[in-house]
Amino acid sequence: MSALAHVPTPAGQPAAPPGVRRGRRRLLPYLLLLPGAAWLLVFFVLPLLQLAAASLYDPSGSLSTGYAMTGEVGNYWVALQAYWPQFARSFAYSAIALVLALLMGYPLAYAIAQKAGRWKNLLLVAVVAPMFTSFLVRTLAWKTILSDNGALVGLLRDVHLLGADGRLLATPFAVVLGLTYNFLPFLVLPLYASLERLDPRLLEAASDLYASPLRAFRRVTLPLSMPGLIAGTLLFFIPATGDYINAELLGTPNEYMIGNVIDSAFLVRLDYPQGAALSFLLMAAILAIVFVYLRRSGTEEVL
Amino acid sequence: MRRWLADRWVMGVALLVLGYLSLPIIVVAGLSFNRPSSRLSYDFNEFTLDNWTHPCATSDMCDALVRSMEIGLIATVVSTILGTLMAFALVRHGFRGRSGINGLIFLPMATPELVMGTSLLALFVAAGVPQGFWTIVIAHVMFCVSFVVVTVKARLAGMDRRLEEAAMDLYASEWQTFRRITLPLVLPGIVAAALLAFSLSFDDFIITNFNAGTTVTFPMYVWGAAQRGIPPQVNVIGTAMFAIALLLVGASSLRGRRARRAALAAPVAAVGAPTSAS
Repeated sequence: MSALAHVPTPAGQPAAPPGVRRGRRRLLPYLLLLPGAAWLLVFFVLPLLQLAAASLYDPSGSLSTGYAMTGEVGNYWVALQAYWPQFARSFAYSAIALVLALLMGYPLAYAIAQKAGRWKNLLLVAVVAPMFTSFLVRTLAWKTILSDNGALVGLLRDVHLLGADGRLLATPFAVVLGLTYNFLPFLVLPLYASLERLDPRLLEAASDLYASPLRAFRRVTLPLSMPGLIAGTLLFFIPATGDYINAELLGTPNEYMIGNVIDSAFLVRLDYPQGAALSFLLMAAILAIVFVYLRRSGTEEVL
Repeated sequence: MRRWLADRWVMGVALLVLGYLSLPIIVVAGLSFNRPSSRLSYDFNEFTLDNWTHPCATSDMCDALVRSMEIGLIATVVSTILGTLMAFALVRHGFRGRSGINGLIFLPMATPELVMGTSLLALFVAAGVPQGFWTIVIAHVMFCVSFVVVTVKARLAGMDRRLEEAAMDLYASEWQTFRRITLPLVLPGIVAAALLAFSLSFDDFIITNFNAGTTVTFPMYVWGAAQRGIPPQVNVIGTAMFAIALLLVGASSLRGRRARRAALAAPVAAVGAPTSAS
């Protein structure tokens, strides 16, 4: 504050007594936080607690007769035994999709950040723009692209990469492709933000000191892009593992992921205790992986 | 030759990946001119303009579209207000329990949508709340708030506080300073947050699906139609949304460029009215 601050307040503006003013100042942050925090407590935290309770309900109850709270820990065991293949598939598919997304997303983010010059903004728009169209509509478009009568399948059959009655739709390939496509922008954007701040002179210095391009990448580019890489990986992996839209629209029940099972437990079979137990297992598994991953990569300040 | 390749291959890969990202949009645009051979066919059959001239031929779809916009608008207004207030508290004030609040804001972004959807459903069922329009709004506000906080916070944190101090030094009251200095400077962040919230709400399917009761939003309509046969008008809406968004982006970047050029051409004028820039 400059010396001007010491000039007495002009007449006509009643100055509040300092004590009252400071009291109100101290309360202000809490008042600002209250509505939002209350909303999150009531509609995010409380539901999680309710879900935890529901996962321990007596499974012999039903929605119409009501559930008895019996602390049925066995629900978890039963759910895991019945649906471990879908669990394993969820993590396998999203892991493969993540690897594919990294192979595609890193060069893309790097090219936009370092090589695009005056086309930078245009290319960024090209990454984000597809997300303006409803993702269900876009996922359905893959049904057309991968269709048995489509040009792609025809081409692959002609060059014998695919058998005469081979297909792409309704296969694990289609589901992984859909997952990769749907969540790729979430990986690219944080990665771009990191790479954009990379000073190209560092790479010049590396090459002046006789580092091969590969070595310069491993020792300079990669470490400096780590924050974006970590944030992007998480933003990709978390929704991809919980996704069931791609498996439903592009796959068959043979490709169902854990999300499909949870969806049907709540909305079709109306088996709330099992649906709740599966939801919690999914969340616990994801949180465990995220935690280990963040520990390993040595940073906890991602977002 | 080797050098040239080494320099260009990253760009080549990037363009291929961009092609992969834009392929579905191109297909959606193409299918919006398609007259499908049967209800369940996803293949291109015959060119027609009917879908564009009669976008609401299936009235259910347009009802759902309007409902999605209503929900999106309400959820955007509420979540933008709640989130902006929180962002101000986090950046501008010291208080106890900061790490708790940070966790409360971060967790919804790290939780799978599926779990948020099922847990809200469990709560509404246990509390006997009938599901419909307003439970969707509640859910959407819940998952939008965190994204608003993060977006506004970023803008606030990068702001030069000396501008506000200068205003106070010039006898502006706290309210005047906020109204004339702080708010205009944060506004781009708030607008960005609101746009993000609207697009998140408008496009949400998973959480909505668990909390909608019998209310049908646009994504839920598409999901239901995928089982019964998709009307080609869905692709018209998809293409139109894409085109509108592109126009908005184009217009704002054009405006930004013109403002920058004006500032370069007339530095004196720009100095004369420093707050009118941006």
